[in-house]
Amino acid sequence: MANIKISEQKVQQIEAICKEFNHEKGELINVLHKTQSLLGYLPAEVQEIISKNMNCSVAHVYGVVTFYSFFTMIPKGEFPISICMGTACYVRGAEKVLDEFKRILNVPVGQTTPDGKFSLSCLRCVGACGLAPVVMVGEKVYGRVSPDGVKDIIKEYKQA
Amino acid sequence: MTQFKMHLLVCGGTGCRASESEQLFHNLKHEIIEKGLENDVQVITTGCFGFCEKGPIVKVMPDNTFYTQVKPEDAIEIIAEHVIKGRQVTRLLYLNPETEKHVSDSKHMGFYRKQLRIALRNCGFIDPENIEEYISRDGYAALAKCLTEMTPAQVIEEMKKSGLRGRGGGGFPTGLKWDITSKSQADQKYVVCNADEGDPGAFMDRSILEGDPHSVIEAMAICGYCIGADKGVVYIRAEYPLAVERLKIAMKQASEFGLLGKDIFGTGFNFEIDIRYGAGAFVCGEETALIHSMEGLRGEPTIKPPFPSVSGYLQKPTNVNNVETFANVPVIINKGADWFASFGSEKSKGTKVFALAGKINNVGLIEVPMGTTLRDIIFEIGGGIKDGKKFKAVQTGGPSGGCLTEKHLDIQIDFDSLTAAGSMMGSGGMIVLDEDDCMVSIAKFYLDFTVEESCGKCAPCRIGNKRLNEMLEKICDGKGTMKDLDLLRNLSHVIKDTSLCGLGQTSPNPVLSTMDNFYDEYLAHIVDHKCPSGQCKALLQYVIEAENCVGCTACARNCPVNAISGERKGVHIIDQATCIKCGACLEKCKFNAVFIK
Repeated sequence: MANIKISEQKVQQIEAICKEFNHEKGELINVLHKTQSLLGYLPAEVQEIISKNMNCSVAHVYGVVTFYSFFTMIPKGEFPISICMGTACYVRGAEKVLDEFKRILNVPVGQTTPDGKFSLSCLRCVGACGLAPVVMVGEKVYGRVSPDGVKDIIKEYKQA
Repeated sequence: MTQFKMHLLVCGGTGCRASESEQLFHNLKHEIIEKGLENDVQVITTGCFGFCEKGPIVKVMPDNTFYTQVKPEDAIEIIAEHVIKGRQVTRLLYLNPETEKHVSDSKHMGFYRKQLRIALRNCGFIDPENIEEYISRDGYAALAKCLTEMTPAQVIEEMKKSGLRGRGGGGFPTGLKWDITSKSQADQKYVVCNADEGDPGAFMDRSILEGDPHSVIEAMAICGYCIGADKGVVYIRAEYPLAVERLKIAMKQASEFGLLGKDIFGTGFNFEIDIRYGAGAFVCGEETALIHSMEGLRGEPTIKPPFPSVSGYLQKPTNVNNVETFANVPVIINKGADWFASFGSEKSKGTKVFALAGKINNVGLIEVPMGTTLRDIIFEIGGGIKDGKKFKAVQTGGPSGGCLTEKHLDIQIDFDSLTAAGSMMGSGGMIVLDEDDCMVSIAKFYLDFTVEESCGKCAPCRIGNKRLNEMLEKICDGKGTMKDLDLLRNLSHVIKDTSLCGLGQTSPNPVLSTMDNFYDEYLAHIVDHKCPSGQCKALLQYVIEAENCVGCTACARNCPVNAISGERKGVHIIDQATCIKCGACLEKCKFNAVFIK
């Protein structure tokens, strides 16, 4: 069993979330959603706490966490960058935009830069196909992004 | 209640919000208060107008003026000119690309002329966060009619007569589904709304929930009445925050108005709705997988039978319908099955919403009667191909569908004709491709998706799709052989025949349909080691034409991997082994000396 390194306060918050859903196994996905929005990610130790409180095995929790693409075990960067890889964006050149982000940030998809500032991920259709290709940084949507525009987007956040 | 003389409808769909429509809304509101017009003019945020390409959109009522690509700073001019002086702001009107004349009314735009909006009837007309606006457009009248004037059997009969088929992709007759679930005996039944729209490039369900959430709530209650369920669950993607927010507001308002909860319309009928969140798994669009996900498990499908109508959520009879299917229900009850069945083709009645995207001029959400031709959709409504390029194919049905070509353009599309042509309706994604798109890459793109989204439960889908993907990768890299083509086809059929659920049974469709329609392109990759559309990087070569090269060294200086050599004022050469095909040299050369071979 891994040593629990997160703060006692956070542990209590996670326990409170489990309680809120009556420790019902059927509510596991809702518990995971809430916990991830609290911590930003779901590392192994957090999954252990949840498994204890929800009366199910760690394997079960891990199985669910890894099944759904929305859940992540790696902390997101301060500015999570998501490139839409929906078909509409793909045919309008999303792959080249993604390549440029990978090149400039020097991280593969699903990883976070060493300084913790940026994380890079792909998502499937934001539904803003009229603006394809689309990039999201946090909640902000950038439309009609060209490979040339990538460095400007990153610059915007580097200074922040 | 205040009687407003004028209404400004601002699109609040996700696409327009991404182009600052929220700020525009606030600016309009601010200007109206500034000019003391708050008792005469009302600004409303509506759902999606559909014309996403030209967003953000502002519609002025009652004169029906349709402004496109409105920026937040345009608010001042709209108020000063249009609202106060009654003069249209011409520069913000839609410019008809053919006549080069401004069009002020959406009815006269090619994009809207051939559309018929049933499921999207309220999107772009009402404020989705105000139940009174929904009620004023016959909202909840259908529920009242069902509960007070009709028996469940009569409602089911009406649904059957309407010919409505499941809009999520399967095309199963909705009335029949309700009938089967109504006949299952149990102490508890459930109505589930499938709002887990996972098809990349499709956003119709989201737009309906964002623009007209009450229609879905009303229909779920009607369905509950028919099948004998007092609980409904909406299973929705967590990635759709705006849709979730608007649905929650709508549910709260419906409860306050006594349209959800106990003893609705004093008839003793109870109905409650709960929300469950998806967490990003395409396979959860499949009924049984969706139900497992609702139960907090991995979203893996199970063998049918038992069908959810017999044993579904928590092992109770469950009726699962998609958002768009539900959105059609209240109109059918209000206007009658015959009215609905008067639209569409022989076996597919009514309309279908499509998300039109890709290399097309008018990207957006459209709704057309079943039986409309692809040509009308792409060239009339869609306004043709972007940048005057040549039409190559249209991909329908998302990762489960196929590519249709020039020769299919006059097919009258409905569930059956699309399947017969080797594609499918799916949930209604429609991606238009032009001459620059490589069909092998497109097939690979969809396979990448399927490999990632396969739940892994059954071997044909988990392993088979991976092998298909590897073969396609080989072909795109120019290392494919003729034997691979046979293998591709054989394996595709095995996967289709032996997979457990709809995901695997349809996943090879993009491969098979591109092989059927674009066999030449496969051959070009394998035999000639060339990608005709110049998309497959491994098959490209950047070359310097000696005649045009003046030796300015711009290419060599900008090459990130120092693959270009040559003396100043001498002809330069690209070392193919070092070249990473980034295209920097092509971009920097001012003498047209670099070209792609």
